[in-house]
Amino acid sequence: MTGLVGKPGRRGDLVRRVRGEVCFTDDLRLPRMLFAKILRSPHPHARIVGLDATKALALPGVVAVLTGKDLPVRFGIIPWTPDEHSLVVEKARFVGDGVAAIAALDERTAARACELVEVTWEVLPPVLDLDTARDQPAIGLGASGKDNVSKVVDLAFGDVDAALRGSALVVEGDYHFEGTAHAPIETHCALARYDSDGLLTVWSTTQVPHYLHRELSRVLQLSPARIRVIQPPVGGAFGGKSEPFGHEMVVAKLAMVTGRPVKILLTREEEFYVHRGRHPMRMHFAVGAQRDGKLTAVDAKTDIDGGAYSSFGLVTTYYSGQLLTLPSFAPNYRFSSTRYFTTKPPCGPKRGHGSVQPRFAFEITLDKIAVELGLDPIEIRRTNAVPGNSTLNGMRITSNGYLECLARVEAASQWKERRSKLGFGRGLGVASSAYISGTNYPIYPNEMPQSAVQLKVDRSGVVTVFNGASEIGQGTDTLLATIVADELGLDLGCVRVVSADSDLCPVDLGAYSSRGTFMNGNACLMAVREVKHKLVTAVAEKLAVPPADVFVTRGFLAARGLENQAIPVDEAIRLAEARFGTLGATGWYKSPPGLGGSYRGGTIGASPAYSFTAHVAEVKVDVETGFVEVVKVWCAHDCGKAICPSLVEGQIEGSVYMGVAEALLEEHLVDHRGLHAGPNFLDYRIPTSLDVGDVEALIVESIDPEGPLGAKEAGEGPLHSSIPAVANAIFDAVGIRLDRLPFSPARVLAALEAKRSV
Amino acid sequence: MKLQVNGVMHEVEASPTARLLDVLRGPLGLTGTKEGCGEGECGSCTILLDGLPVNACLVLAGQAEGAEILTVEGLAAGQLAPLQQCFVDDGGAQCGICTPGMLIAAEALLRRNKAPDDAEIREAIAGNICRCTGYQRIVDAIKHAAVVRAGGAS
Repeated sequence: MTGLVGKPGRRGDLVRRVRGEVCFTDDLRLPRMLFAKILRSPHPHARIVGLDATKALALPGVVAVLTGKDLPVRFGIIPWTPDEHSLVVEKARFVGDGVAAIAALDERTAARACELVEVTWEVLPPVLDLDTARDQPAIGLGASGKDNVSKVVDLAFGDVDAALRGSALVVEGDYHFEGTAHAPIETHCALARYDSDGLLTVWSTTQVPHYLHRELSRVLQLSPARIRVIQPPVGGAFGGKSEPFGHEMVVAKLAMVTGRPVKILLTREEEFYVHRGRHPMRMHFAVGAQRDGKLTAVDAKTDIDGGAYSSFGLVTTYYSGQLLTLPSFAPNYRFSSTRYFTTKPPCGPKRGHGSVQPRFAFEITLDKIAVELGLDPIEIRRTNAVPGNSTLNGMRITSNGYLECLARVEAASQWKERRSKLGFGRGLGVASSAYISGTNYPIYPNEMPQSAVQLKVDRSGVVTVFNGASEIGQGTDTLLATIVADELGLDLGCVRVVSADSDLCPVDLGAYSSRGTFMNGNACLMAVREVKHKLVTAVAEKLAVPPADVFVTRGFLAARGLENQAIPVDEAIRLAEARFGTLGATGWYKSPPGLGGSYRGGTIGASPAYSFTAHVAEVKVDVETGFVEVVKVWCAHDCGKAICPSLVEGQIEGSVYMGVAEALLEEHLVDHRGLHAGPNFLDYRIPTSLDVGDVEALIVESIDPEGPLGAKEAGEGPLHSSIPAVANAIFDAVGIRLDRLPFSPARVLAALEAKRSV
Repeated sequence: MKLQVNGVMHEVEASPTARLLDVLRGPLGLTGTKEGCGEGECGSCTILLDGLPVNACLVLAGQAEGAEILTVEGLAAGQLAPLQQCFVDDGGAQCGICTPGMLIAAEALLRRNKAPDDAEIREAIAGNICRCTGYQRIVDAIKHAAVVRAGGAS
């Protein structure tokens, strides 16, 4: 290592970002480009009886109109549940479902033309809450048409009933998590061009260019060899851009139909309807414990509101139970999760997919148990820390910095000295969690690598990394450049990263499930070490020393004892090129076979490595107004090894900020008409600079034996336990339990009132 | 129509009722100014109009005639301006989509207040939403930039 790995400091690509030079998808403009708009359903559930676009087509400036019948093939991110059409073919399933698309010379004309499309609807009964979804199966939103069920998962490990019966204490409770939105500042945007030689190019704000490539091929019935997908830098995603979308299919088709480039930029309002945000969940938890705080069993029942389509729902349903068994848990566990379809904007994965909601329920329950038994909430977590290298549902643990995370937040927050001693209205709360570093299996079953890079080594001393991974602001480009520069002794400025272009880069499955650092980092390390080996060999021959004596330092390769004859890296590259021929290398990552449990569904939640997190939150509760202020959050996160510590800290801070916002402010509400309660940033409140407290990011390094240089994920884990930490701190402050999110002033006041009247 | 942008007078053919944001991004090719909501809520299209920060999505191009417009592209001619450099050094950006507007809001603040405290900085950028960072590093960067602009150590 030559000093770049682990060094604090900033990323090279920020220079272009602060100049406004980074070209996002909406910044692309092509000659003769048309603009598209999508007419969307005004009804949550309705059948199209008639559709007439004659008047729209006749509007000057309108070039083409598409309807559902132009794109009849269904698609979806999970190969077993492709249930979406690019535009509605028969029935709209939520307010906002795309009905027709217009391409026009400008955006305004396209929008005006949408209003001229005449649609005759037969309105069908909506399903706008979980009770209706369960109690009115005849509405038939499910695949069979006989119920509204999307997915059911029932799994049990050990004898839960017997363990609960034998417990000294069982704490039961109901918890409710309303949905939340990703709300990236860049709304979805896509641009397509169809060349006369039959090549379709699609630029899109996607986190999954490879899956988009596959689904474009499926929907357009075009060979993937005739499609190129390019993902420009993305202006925030958080999971909201991790599946193919109808508008991407629409602009591609419009480009093919018109022979002109076509772009679409979703409005902020559309962004809230297209959604894919965190699933609302209604959870019932029963957790047993002995007097010493040792947990005996966990029994969880969860109803999940999936919205209109399947999206990742199969995985969400598993994750709602499977990812709970770390870091503190019981030896017996049963969960029953049912995802229902409703006629609301479709839900999907948001940072901490499927597991943030049950984490909220479980960590509050653990706090209740600790209080009931008179135990320290950090201590009860230590008592129940899952030992060894496997969980009860079969997840393999290769590195575990959990206890250190607890110790770090305990010390930093002065937990022992300050908890319950800050006076009425102020309190501390703790919670902890664990998360995957990538899923062990690709979404579509195959034996090929999940991540790959190709390195091109130029004799000028520049190395180019061609990689399929998606830079969405989290900094994968910087991570890869750091790994390459550090291994070869190069300056960061001599490493170029070309990302996410299906014509230039090898396949990577995308920026989801916190897989980037672990999988792409490993792929990159494999490739750069092959190049390094050639450089070392060539330098050893030049200096007439054994290769084992050659080492890489900043800017040079040198041999022990011959340091004064050190050879600059660019010269070493030329020596190696002369010795071996044109230099380049490929590297890839494929997760180890056989991970996960051997039961049905046992591989969902299996990851090559798990990160660990602990939070302590300090809150101030105003008992007159019900307003909760999160004064400070300490978050310790075990990321294995911080290759780029500033990026890790940025992910921790961003995760905590997003989690605290979900705790206090955000609620994706849909009303009785199927309308979003406020699809804009005035009504859907995401925090401004005035709404956030202090965050202290504490990095814990457990050095994972299989991670690149020991690294694991950092992008999603640090969100999970921030929410229950706030809830538990509110209890410490004013003695109320808030089991429904968000903790709005009205709910706080109601809980305070209820407490007073007891 | 004539628009004075970043110290240069441009003649553009555009409807006076076009959004200033579209004229900047379209015919003028200044795509550094971003569209995040189109309704004045996110601040990513913040520009200076005669020194005052405004959302370019809510200004008609015609309203900007005769005014001095500053966009992110105008913050530095050669080297990065101290404010931009501090955003880089202090990690005041992740995805970078809100950054141009954030920089402009900070520029407006530092022009009228050479040594703002944390609360004044947070107030000044309250109309600029960042979804990635949690703001602390942005506040640090602006405070840092104030020191550098005053001739202090970087």
